[in-house]
Amino acid sequence: MPTRELAQQLKTRFGDLISDPAEFRGEITVTLADANSIAEVCAHAKKEMGFDYLVDVSSVDNYGNDPRWTVVYHLYGYGHHCHLRLKTDVSEEVSELPTVTGVWRTADWHEREIYDMMGIRFRGHPDLRRILMWEGYPYFPLRKDFPLAGKPTVLPEIAFTFSAPLDGGPFVTIAGGKDSTAREPRVRVPESDDVELTARLERRQDIKDVHGHSHGPGTVKKK
Amino acid sequence: MQTHTEISYNSKVEGDVVHTRLDSAINWFRKNSLWPMPMGLACCAIELMAAGASRFDIARFGSEVMRFSPRQSDVMIVAGTVTYKMATALRRIYEQMAEPKWVIAMGACASTGGMYRSYAVLQGVDRIVPVDVYVAGCPPRPEALLDALIKLQGKVAREPFASLQKRVA
Repeated sequence: MPTRELAQQLKTRFGDLISDPAEFRGEITVTLADANSIAEVCAHAKKEMGFDYLVDVSSVDNYGNDPRWTVVYHLYGYGHHCHLRLKTDVSEEVSELPTVTGVWRTADWHEREIYDMMGIRFRGHPDLRRILMWEGYPYFPLRKDFPLAGKPTVLPEIAFTFSAPLDGGPFVTIAGGKDSTAREPRVRVPESDDVELTARLERRQDIKDVHGHSHGPGTVKKK
Repeated sequence: MQTHTEISYNSKVEGDVVHTRLDSAINWFRKNSLWPMPMGLACCAIELMAAGASRFDIARFGSEVMRFSPRQSDVMIVAGTVTYKMATALRRIYEQMAEPKWVIAMGACASTGGMYRSYAVLQGVDRIVPVDVYVAGCPPRPEALLDALIKLQGKVAREPFASLQKRVA
């Protein structure tokens, strides 16, 4: 399959910087060991290997694990019709990596969205400012430690936010209940909910992605 | 001294003259030509457009002209999700409308924040503007919007002392 060969080519060119290509459900992922060389690797992928379309740039908050951020690039080539996923880890202390806007101009707004929602900065970005929330909004909303309901803020003449009433939410389903009443009870508070806590503790061990990163928050302490 | 005079008129115009109260007349004029200011923000705007199109014709009810200018409209139909980012602009548009003005909150998002109980969505447009009619639905059918318009017309018809009323915004 050509994608695997292309990923192999990338590995031969960059050596230890690129991990072995991992496959999951027909999709190839490679991890970049050093986030600072992302621009170089992407430039090679575009010019030498024909990945001329950046499908998406997104980020993952590995709350509780170090490094906290994983930035994921989805590449595609119109010529060879192959998709490739590129991942890099960034630690919270640094929270910064080079921009790929020099390679694909579309990364401009994708990186602005990542900055807006997660707080990860991109060195060399032409115009790194908030894109969905407004300038001056004090938080990064898609971080795992930011509540879904939001926090009250006020910026006079520009915007304001309230905390949304969640009434015992977030309405997270308990997997595996015997009927819908058990699965979706009327009111739940996840922090003190025994079923949810047990489910979280169990899940954390076995849900790891292809590169051994676990999903979900760190150790949950029973109160 | 108050005199009770019979209202007399030239009998030749009988049938062309209508006696009514001033309030009724003014309210009738107002309710039958409610020009909407379509604040079409999201998916409900599509149903608003459908209500304005030929099958569900909102023009039958006098809302022929979908004026995108707040200065020239009577009713603001908030159709769609109001984010906090849009809220200040929406309030500014509402303030630019001339009295008398009404607001229809169309759909779940405009009425209560809808399915979006989150950091970015205003939980109901009635937090920033006074709403007269709420329409449930996600999105509401065009017929539901027309029903809301009819209810609003009923509300306009019942307004007392229309010419003298001060509206508190």
